[in-house]
Amino acid sequence: MQPAMTTPVARFDAREASKWFFRHGHTGWLGLRFADQGDNWVELELPWREDLLGDRSRPVLASGPIISLMDMASGMAIWQTRGTFAPVATLDLRVDYQRPARERASVKGRVECYRLTRSAAFVRGIAYDDDPDDPVAHVAGVFMTIGADPRQENPALQGGGDD
Amino acid sequence: MTDRLELPAYARSLGIETTGASEGGMPVLTVEFGPMVEGRPQHFHGGATAGLLENAGYAALRTALLAAGRDPQLKPINITVQYLAAGKSQASFAVGRITRLGRRNANVTVEAWQADRARPIATAVMNILMV
Repeated sequence: MQPAMTTPVARFDAREASKWFFRHGHTGWLGLRFADQGDNWVELELPWREDLLGDRSRPVLASGPIISLMDMASGMAIWQTRGTFAPVATLDLRVDYQRPARERASVKGRVECYRLTRSAAFVRGIAYDDDPDDPVAHVAGVFMTIGADPRQENPALQGGGDD
Repeated sequence: MTDRLELPAYARSLGIETTGASEGGMPVLTVEFGPMVEGRPQHFHGGATAGLLENAGYAALRTALLAAGRDPQLKPINITVQYLAAGKSQASFAVGRITRLGRRNANVTVEAWQADRARPIATAVMNILMV
C-alpha cells in the first residue's frame, strides 16, 4: 500500500476521459460518444453510420462495431469502478445477440463492473437501441490489469494510481 | 473461390481484405495496423481484433455454403473471443474453420495471428444462424 497522498487527486471520470479517448484510434473512427455513468457503470453510444453495415440486404449495424462499443464501455466501467486509470487487457469477451439493431438506429452500450480484484475485473452489460428492457445483445467479459502507465498526455487520467 | 466473397461494408471500411491465401480451403483475411484499429498506443483495439475474427468466421462459413450450393442469410447468435496476446503495430491475419455445419446453424472457430502463424493473438467461437 502507498502512504496517504498529501493532495487530493482527481477521480477517474468517464465523461472527461471520453473527450480524449474518442479523438483518435479505433474508437474515434467508430465515432463513440459518452452517454452516461454511475459508480460502477458507463454507457456509451455508437452512432448510426452507413459504412458500418454488416449485411448487404438490410441497413442494420454490423455486430463487429457492437463488440468494440462493449469492449470500450467495459474498460471505462472498470476505471470508473476502480476510480483510477490503469491499462487493462481483454481476456475474454462474450456477446449474445438477441436481435438485430433497428434500421438506422444508433446503439447504446451500458456495462457494469460487478467484481474487481487486484489483477482481474469482471463485467456484464447490454447493448440496446430504444429500450434497455429490450436489448440488442448481452455481454460478459473478464479483463486483466497490465503493467505500463499510459497517463502521459491525458489530464483526465492523471489521478493517483495504486499500480 | 475467395473472389466470390463480398466482405460487408463494415469490413471494407475497417480495411479488412482477403489475402488470396487459404488454409484448409478457407480464406485468410488481413488488416493492416493503423489509426482505425488502434486502441492503446501502438496496439490493436480488442474490438478491431474481434471485427477481424468475426469477418474471417463469416468468410469461412460463406465459403463452405457456396461449396454446398447454399446462400442463406446469416445472423449472429453469439461470439466468444479469447485474447491471448497483445496485437502489436503490424498486420494481423485470421482464418475460420467450420466446426459444425448444420441446416439451421453453424459453429465456427476462428484464429488470428500476426508475424508468427504458430502464435495466435486471439481466437473466437461463433454460433451463426442461417435462414
